[in-house]
Amino acid sequence: MIVADQKPIEDIKQMLRGKRKVLAVGCGTCVAVCFAGGKREVGLLCSALRMATDLAGEPVEIDETVVQRECEQEYIEHLGERLDEYDAILSLGCGVGVQSLADSFPNTRVLPALNTKFMGAPSGQGVWEERCQGCGNCLLEYTGGICPISRCPKQLMNGPCGGTDQGGRCEVDPEIPCAWYNIWARMDNLNIQDELMEIHPPKDWSTSRDGGMRRIVRKDLQKPELDEGDS
Amino acid sequence: MPDTEFEPQIIAFCCMHCAYAAADLAGSSRHEYPVSLKIVALPCTGRTDMGHILKTFEDGADGVLVAGCLTGRCHYQSGNLYAKQRVEYVGDLLEQIGLQHERLRMINVSAGMGARFAELASEFTETIKLLGPTGLTKKPRSKEIPLAPEKSTKLMQSTLAKNEQIIHWVDPKSIGKSVA
Repeated sequence: MIVADQKPIEDIKQMLRGKRKVLAVGCGTCVAVCFAGGKREVGLLCSALRMATDLAGEPVEIDETVVQRECEQEYIEHLGERLDEYDAILSLGCGVGVQSLADSFPNTRVLPALNTKFMGAPSGQGVWEERCQGCGNCLLEYTGGICPISRCPKQLMNGPCGGTDQGGRCEVDPEIPCAWYNIWARMDNLNIQDELMEIHPPKDWSTSRDGGMRRIVRKDLQKPELDEGDS
Repeated sequence: MPDTEFEPQIIAFCCMHCAYAAADLAGSSRHEYPVSLKIVALPCTGRTDMGHILKTFEDGADGVLVAGCLTGRCHYQSGNLYAKQRVEYVGDLLEQIGLQHERLRMINVSAGMGARFAELASEFTETIKLLGPTGLTKKPRSKEIPLAPEKSTKLMQSTLAKNEQIIHWVDPKSIGKSVA
């Protein structure tokens, strides 16, 4: 899932300066399950903002709604029917959701209430950890299902750096388990550690985000068009 | 200087196993506590939603008290510990909003601590009196726009209708019969 965190109230309050009426839009998908932008969080944030702006002497009227998936146009287009009465949309979706709203409603200001952090998973109650950086060229096949790109601070490709402590913790931050320590332990457990001895060419980073915005095109899913000669 | 006439509105979310019974005992034992304190009984303080606390302030409360069982004595094992964490979270949020975190307090009492409940309730009321009103203007609550728009309901209905057709098409009665 995409994991996000709420911006400080003060930052959002600054964004809302001069606005009279705002529509807060939560998202019922990733940010709902990481407790950043679901129905409950929308209620909590809006209540806090109504009070904060009121106390600051610039009260903002804030209505609340939640869509099932803010990143898809079909789920948000109905909001357009009532946007005339609002000065801005405050999105509690991830960065993708904010931009989908902005793309769908060119005449309405869209403001982000969350900081989108990473693609990750819960590793315990109330804890989320990064698991993927979307490098576009997955190598989990060779590393026992543990990603050294997202889980090693140095993004090492050829084993641990030597800074791992006896407990398998990273020298950069003891809170981070060493990715390579765990890769070895897991592959040892699966009895496939020999695979780590195979030599691979340097990783192809051209599929990562250095080339700018990436795009996937699936012709099989697109609306078919009649070619010349078809009858 | 706060107005001495100020009578605060305080809402106390009380666990029915302990603090609610303690408040009851305070009454029957004739231990007075301020009338400004209004009690909301909960099955456990673990039921306290952070939204409940914020909406209570938004709707005009000057102080909120969350009263649960003594630490380690929760009837549901850890409800009061969850409540404590949430109270701490909302306390920080209140500071960010511009309200003092002292307006929200959690206390722990047992069902037999009627006098202690009255004492803590009076002490909290005094704190709120010193802090004065929140300064919030009371306004009608904002609208909550329904999750499911009419359009998606229609979409859902049309999908259902399509499924019905499929089900009809594979109706066992029709198996073996020629399809007209």
